[in-house]
Amino acid sequence: MFVLVVGGGKVGYYLTKELVESGHEVVLMEKDRTRASQIADEVGSIVVAHDGCEGKYLGEAGANRADIVAAVTGDDEDNLVICQMAKHHFDVPRTIARVNNPKNEELFRHLGVDELISPTRMVLGSIEQDIPVHELLHLGAIDSELEIIEAHLQDGSPAAGRTPADLQIPEGCSLFAVVRDGVATPLRSDSVLAVGDKVIAIGGADCEAGLRAQLIGASPAE
Amino acid sequence: MKIVIVGCGRVGAVLAEGLDAAGHEVIVVDISTRAFERLSEEFKGQAVRGDGTDEDTLRRAGAVGADVFLALTEGDNRNVMAAQVAVENLGIEQVLAKINDPVRAAAYAELGITTICRTTMLSDAILAFLHHQPSGMPAVIAAVAPHHEPVANAAVGPAAEGGA
Repeated sequence: MFVLVVGGGKVGYYLTKELVESGHEVVLMEKDRTRASQIADEVGSIVVAHDGCEGKYLGEAGANRADIVAAVTGDDEDNLVICQMAKHHFDVPRTIARVNNPKNEELFRHLGVDELISPTRMVLGSIEQDIPVHELLHLGAIDSELEIIEAHLQDGSPAAGRTPADLQIPEGCSLFAVVRDGVATPLRSDSVLAVGDKVIAIGGADCEAGLRAQLIGASPAE
Repeated sequence: MKIVIVGCGRVGAVLAEGLDAAGHEVIVVDISTRAFERLSEEFKGQAVRGDGTDEDTLRRAGAVGADVFLALTEGDNRNVMAAQVAVENLGIEQVLAKINDPVRAAAYAELGITTICRTTMLSDAILAFLHHQPSGMPAVIAAVAPHHEPVANAAVGPAAEGGA
């Protein structure tokens, strides 16, 4: 397989080395001449010291016959352009972009980048798994008084297996929807709640303690 | 008209002032506040510091509902990305990106963004000064058609538009 790697930072460097070792044909583009020659000293003459964002150089590096273009520079806008040029101008079948700003993921996907690698998202994901979910999540405010609140029902939740009618929901607070397996449905008074459900409620700050006690229960730390 | 300009360099600042003086609502966005020193005191539009490729920044700056979006920073790719955010996420119809690499300029016109290429524009001006034939490449390339959605209205022809 012929892989064109653009960006000779840490990611591009190790990626190129790994790919060469597993027997693929690789060309690495790195616009910084010093960095490019450093890498070339190690991996041989497969490094092109030019800007992979520039159409002319992408062509010269063989983009039109590449099976995969991997854009792994540190700049999202560069990675987007490299993939779009590869895909639409050189008809590369598969494009991979490194995305640093998680907010850009949707746009990149929408604009036709085949695969996204987001280091930020990965680290974030593994941190979030460690955060205890014994708290209510504030999704937003309706006006200065009311909040939209999410409660993720965990093992030990007093609400699991019960219906909203069984619970003592604080005055002025209303449970209105449940998200189960990514599907949101209106919550009726006879809907049976289960562990894993995300219950969405609206209420003032004064009913939060009651809501937490009913839906989440005491946290192990307490 | 409401006009958003990303990049308050020489071109961006001159345009911002000119369009403001002509009575348009102008919002100019730049990543550095120092860039706004280029604007004269008469400028009545908005100057917003922030990353013009970031959708949230553009929304906060009031870009939603703009009639025209001009991406004029120093970086071709920043302009490409800002322009695509404007088209895809903000639904702005008239979007122009400055792209100085002629190959990228032509490629992105095919992807639905009107591009202006300073390289072609300047070299043609110099060739004309020397009484030589121009390069033959248009400096402003009208967007051909959006690339990933069905074309709703008739595509704009690939012919060059006259100089602005």
